[in-house]
Amino acid sequence: MVLERYEPLVDDVEAFRAACERPLPSVVRVNTIKTTVERATRALADGGHGFERADWLPKLLRLDSRSPGTSWPYFHGWLYGQEEVSALPAVVLDPEPGERVLDPCAAPGSKTTQLAALMDDEGTLVANDNNLGRLSALRSNAERCGVTNLAVTNGDARNLSLKPFGGEPFDRALVDVPCSCEGTIRKNPDAFDDWSLGHVRSIAGIQRAILRRAVQVTRPGGTVVYSTCTFAPEENEGVLDAVLREEDCRLVPFEVDLETRPGVTEWEGERYDESVHHAKRVYPHLNDTGGFFCAKLEVGA
Amino acid sequence: MTAPRENRSHEFDRVPETDAEREVEGRPSRQAVLDFWEERFGVPPATFDGYTFWEKGAGKLWAFAGDVPAPATVEALGMTFLRVRQEHWKPTTDAVQRFGRHATRNVVHLDEERARRFVAGETVEPDWNGDWGYLIVTHDLAGEPEPIGVGLYLYDELRSQVPKGRRREID
Repeated sequence: MVLERYEPLVDDVEAFRAACERPLPSVVRVNTIKTTVERATRALADGGHGFERADWLPKLLRLDSRSPGTSWPYFHGWLYGQEEVSALPAVVLDPEPGERVLDPCAAPGSKTTQLAALMDDEGTLVANDNNLGRLSALRSNAERCGVTNLAVTNGDARNLSLKPFGGEPFDRALVDVPCSCEGTIRKNPDAFDDWSLGHVRSIAGIQRAILRRAVQVTRPGGTVVYSTCTFAPEENEGVLDAVLREEDCRLVPFEVDLETRPGVTEWEGERYDESVHHAKRVYPHLNDTGGFFCAKLEVGA
Repeated sequence: MTAPRENRSHEFDRVPETDAEREVEGRPSRQAVLDFWEERFGVPPATFDGYTFWEKGAGKLWAFAGDVPAPATVEALGMTFLRVRQEHWKPTTDAVQRFGRHATRNVVHLDEERARRFVAGETVEPDWNGDWGYLIVTHDLAGEPEPIGVGLYLYDELRSQVPKGRRREID
């Protein structure tokens, strides 16, 4: 059982296991490019949809059991179905209107469209993905959300080129890497079917190369957020530890109104850079969400 | 004087400011695009300040709020917003949902029952005595009119132009 591996990291193993076995609540994010939270909630209520707002991010609405996909506000692109905790990294990145922002592993686009909304759809948002099929999903999601500040590219994030963007570095990058997805077990009960330690180690190498490249193409003083939906320290603190040694950047603390645990500095005989404790781990039982990992880096000035 | 270039289907080329600056045969100018939105729908040209217009694939225009060098070698740039190079230009559903609230002409409002049928892809009979052709279709949502998409009004009926993948049975 994959989860047993992480029990030494978890404070309440029973609650952790129980939460991993429950299905996830249905959550949508209000797309403020097209509407306001007030109008979206009114339209949901008029359509007979029950919901409650997430305390830590009032744009997130936890719905009752009915699917929002056939509702008026969904048709209008006012809502985007997004797992609650996956809304965390864009909030931590905190992009501003007018900035140049990179999303190198972007498809299918929940975080990309969230970034565009945080930018008020102003500035330049570059979304890249290496998978054309997933990229077409990203494009249709972005169009439904009315995003107009987005340039979409299809390439390998490990050697992303600045050439199509005038050679200028980015102000911020959201590095939400492909991972072993252990944290998505509540959404996808098959998530552990292909799990192996070999896969964890090989994907950690890819994650490290993607994060390195993102740091390289971000301007001095700029911000990079690294996130995964996995519990494996090899893919989280281990990747940060390697990139801290290889690139000019540092981990910085951040606050979020969500129950979290600090990054771990020791795992299976490995010791990581002390600053990885600034990263945040989210376990499913803490906020009744999926599992998640998020770290904020500042590029050397 | 160089010969007119052909449209290259794989790259984004910026739309020229005026017809006089046109290098690619048949490509509309920015001015012509702004005139279209204003003349047909009453959308003020200033609505598109801060946007550049691009063509990729013959007749498919994109509106982009960001900044990249031209021609752009990317997969997508902003939003597809207008089909040109046919007798009647046609806005996309996404463009109407995004910019249609600024429209003051050729906007047809549907009641709830007809709006649902329209989004499901059905042809409806609206209360309309105006022009034939492409109209912006609205309905009331959360207390205000909201643009749904594009309808083609001909012979007293309004044909839904909602793309098949976007059609829904609203519940």
